[in-house]
Amino acid sequence: MTPVRFDHVSKAFGPQQILDDVSFDVPSATAFCLLGRSGAGKSVILRHIVGLVRPDSGRVFIGDQDITALPGRQLAGVRKQMGFLFQSAALFDSMSVGENVAFPMRRHTDWSNDTIRDRAQQKLADVGLDAAYDKMPADLSGGMKKRAGLARAMALDPDILLVDEPSAGLDPITAGEIDALLVKTKKAGTTLVVVTHNIPSARVIGDTFAVLHEGHILENGTIEALDASDEPIVQAFMGARGGG
Amino acid sequence: MIHESAFVDRIGSNVLGIFEFVGEVATFGARAAVEAARPPYEPREIIRHLYDFGYRSAPLILAAGFAIGVVLSMHTRASLERFGAEAMIPAGLAIALIRETGPLVTGLLVSGRVGAGIGAEIGAMRVTEQIDALEATAVDAFKYLAVTRMLALMIAMPLLTIMMDFSGILGGYVAEAVVSGMSWQQYFERSFAYIGYSDIIPATLKTIVFGFLIAVVSGYLGFTTNRGTEGVGAASTRSVVMSSMLIILGDVVLVKLIFFFYPQVST
Repeated sequence: MTPVRFDHVSKAFGPQQILDDVSFDVPSATAFCLLGRSGAGKSVILRHIVGLVRPDSGRVFIGDQDITALPGRQLAGVRKQMGFLFQSAALFDSMSVGENVAFPMRRHTDWSNDTIRDRAQQKLADVGLDAAYDKMPADLSGGMKKRAGLARAMALDPDILLVDEPSAGLDPITAGEIDALLVKTKKAGTTLVVVTHNIPSARVIGDTFAVLHEGHILENGTIEALDASDEPIVQAFMGARGGG
Repeated sequence: MIHESAFVDRIGSNVLGIFEFVGEVATFGARAAVEAARPPYEPREIIRHLYDFGYRSAPLILAAGFAIGVVLSMHTRASLERFGAEAMIPAGLAIALIRETGPLVTGLLVSGRVGAGIGAEIGAMRVTEQIDALEATAVDAFKYLAVTRMLALMIAMPLLTIMMDFSGILGGYVAEAVVSGMSWQQYFERSFAYIGYSDIIPATLKTIVFGFLIAVVSGYLGFTTNRGTEGVGAASTRSVVMSSMLIILGDVVLVKLIFFFYPQVST
């Protein structure tokens, strides 16, 4: 069973065509990296996967379930299998960092308060934020918010983890640690869909890749396939040494 | 001729815009009312908002009520003295406060303090993707953010109105005691000499509708915020303006309904 599948998905916002007949699938326990210039529609793909945006045409499958027209309550059931790190981290600013991470556990499990606190603390430690449990999001730097957002996305050990720009705003050492954490998560059986501009990071995390340009997938396949591509934009991307 | 046509087009477009806004707010309110009856009921969130909207509004309401009581007492004395009817001051003030001034002023004050807060908070959550993050966490953001605030405000409003009424009567007493030396017991008895349950209950309960209007309008404007921080500011301002207007218009309708169901109140 393929955890995530896009079947000829198109989406426009007003007159602007964001996705045009996009198809791909992501095998289980692998990392699929979406590459492309800013505004290419990569984050819109993540939003389709979690059901925040619905396609104008085409279908999105999570496992064997078509979520394209799924009503709210059933969609919530599908979303419980996923974690989503937003580009802006999107921490709830009325809660402490620890309560942000604990929030999915409080909503969807019947664990005791002590268990939830311990697990939230452990998730924060995984992203190097051991001492941040009681801090408020406003007290964190951009990179720390990003890591806290990742801890929240991983709070329930989701089957599918959607990650939007994991290394943006992080120093190279922390970015390397986050990459290692994502690889470890993948090896534990989680399927990753990662949006990134950071090609070295993508090479570490990814198993399959797609380069998105003007609503189309220009190239889709392994790192070797992308390195061998004749497309100038793909070549420009794969030759890039940094980013984020 | 072309200018006239453009003017008519603009008027027509504005009128349609108003109808569209009213329709969307009404749909939002109807959805909130339906969702309020469905589980999960989010009691922790309702209690949190009740503390924020009710308990934290209490000092403002008590202070405003006291000041209104003092001022109303002074004005009433100036008017009634001419007719030698000073003894009616407590009753006149209590009737004015309980039937109309208390509920209406409470509604307007709460729309300023709480309505602006709801519009700004939900609007900020919209532009910083926190509402999307709630949805992505499999939480119904509409229910979690809008319905809980609506229920909390519908519970808080009558309680705040009772506080406003009593602090107003207390303010009236203080003003009267300074001038005439009237005792509290005498003032209290005279205040409630002409007041029945039909004066107190409908006027207090109508503020449940005010709470609904404030929460629905502010929630709608918060949820539909765009244009970043500028949009958040606009949502906050519009929340106060729109909910205040709706409270005043709603009050006219509700008073008419109260007169219909309780004819004795209109005498």
